[in-house]
Amino acid sequence: MIEGVAALYILMLAAFVGFEVISRVPVILHTPLMSGSNFIHGIVLVGAMIALGQAETGLEMTIGFIAVLLAAGNAVGGYVVTERMLEMFKSSDKKEQGK
Amino acid sequence: MSGIVELVYFATAVTFILGLKRMSHPTTARSGIHWAGIAMAVATVATLFHPEIQGRYILMLLAVAIGGGVAYLGARKVEMTDMPQMIAIYNGMGGGAAAAIAAVELIRVAENPMLAETHGAMALWLGVLGALIGCVAFSGSVVAWAKLDGRMQKSFNFKNQQWVNLAIIAVAVLFGIIIATTTPGPFTLIVFFALALAFGAMMALPIGGADMPVIISLFNAFTGLAVAMEGFVLDNAAMIIAGTVVGSAGTLLTQLMAKAMNRKLSSVLFKQFGGAPSGEKTEVEGSMRPTDPSDGGIQMAYADKVIIVPGYGMAVAQAQHKIWEMVELLTERGVDVKFAIHPVAGRMPGHMNVLLAEAGVPYDMIYDLEEINNEFEMADVTLVIGANDVVNPVAKSDPDSPLYGMPILNADQSKNVLVIKRGQGSGFSGVENHLFYLDHTRMVYGDGQKVVGEMIASIKTL
Repeated sequence: MIEGVAALYILMLAAFVGFEVISRVPVILHTPLMSGSNFIHGIVLVGAMIALGQAETGLEMTIGFIAVLLAAGNAVGGYVVTERMLEMFKSSDKKEQGK
Repeated sequence: MSGIVELVYFATAVTFILGLKRMSHPTTARSGIHWAGIAMAVATVATLFHPEIQGRYILMLLAVAIGGGVAYLGARKVEMTDMPQMIAIYNGMGGGAAAAIAAVELIRVAENPMLAETHGAMALWLGVLGALIGCVAFSGSVVAWAKLDGRMQKSFNFKNQQWVNLAIIAVAVLFGIIIATTTPGPFTLIVFFALALAFGAMMALPIGGADMPVIISLFNAFTGLAVAMEGFVLDNAAMIIAGTVVGSAGTLLTQLMAKAMNRKLSSVLFKQFGGAPSGEKTEVEGSMRPTDPSDGGIQMAYADKVIIVPGYGMAVAQAQHKIWEMVELLTERGVDVKFAIHPVAGRMPGHMNVLLAEAGVPYDMIYDLEEINNEFEMADVTLVIGANDVVNPVAKSDPDSPLYGMPILNADQSKNVLVIKRGQGSGFSGVENHLFYLDHTRMVYGDGQKVVGEMIASIKTL
């Protein structure tokens, strides 16, 4: 078990990482990045699988099943949409726009 | 085995952060999503060997196949213009999954209070909070999706709406506290989840038009947080770190979007904008002067410098391919062509960039508001296609206008302005656009794709 204070440290550090990563992003990448972060919280799939794997009663299994179903949709859909958007980013010969 | 699974989760969290970092630069963006995708796949497979999973493998694979399959097909065939609502619905699914995990765990605790001891009090509180946030993200995203997809009326308001919402969330929080501190019965759990779902829907219902991307981004951050909270319940480091990173990144992104529109997040959430009538229309002097597409094309062909301002209308008309064809022709003739993108052009920041990229426009021809705003006075022609509010000069001149204070593209300062527009209606905000009435502005009415096609034809005859 991740103990109370350690958990707070993890939260705080991860939150700073999120801020840092986004803060230097050019506007043109805002939508793809929102979509990309949408994919990343698809990691909820892992938790949904564990919840279903622990389920004992029929009710728990039903809800666990729904959890895995939704989470898989989040992960797969998020990936495909982001990939399709980023696929279109091509650069012409003169690299690096003047910032 | 459990050690290896933990190690995989650790590596997943690190790869997610690196992937997100790569996604934040145009040249590395594609590899970023690939990295994150591989990490996700590895983590999913490793989870099959998680020591706490006692079976249900067939159910698990079935759910993954159905959920993943439907999402894959949906994401493959959707048009680029409809991307915002797809992001909304996939985000909602993530929030729903987090809430469902919480439901399973809370039911298990309710049936077997001994489990509460092993989970620990803090995990229980975070689990309940995650359930609340996840439910809100789920129902809110579904409403946002339905609205953007045109399945629901644009906005929905009634008297004392904010007080009703406040009451719903207050009672939901109260039930949450009961669940976290006692051994709850099924009734308590059902009411809690129902109220949380209701609140999410109520939050998204009154929001319309240009504010939609802001609320979607906010729900995206919510889902991230909910995932992190459930990560604590399941003691899963990958969920905690990935969820928190998305939560904070999403919050910042939401603020950036709101700022780009010069709107406070609070006023997006608690006031109505686009949907409500904007009161009296300001009288505009003069009239709009129409012109032919072919004249407009010739005017651009003989110009030295042309700036193109695209808006949502371009997306609706799917005119981006034609525009790029025209730009290539103009460039061949030696015309300096640039694209100017307002941060909120379209339905999401970067929406226009994605569409232009799809048509083959290199991203280094595309400029942000700050980069290009001083160049408009040097432009011989500014071509506005399907954009309205983002070039409306009243944002600078009329303090009574609802647009006042929003940074705009200075299209009005260029020597000539061509506006391609379907009809004479006003923009999202319902505010009359003074740009259209200026002496050096010419209106070209018609479908964007058709009009640009005619412009191309006239340029070719030269």
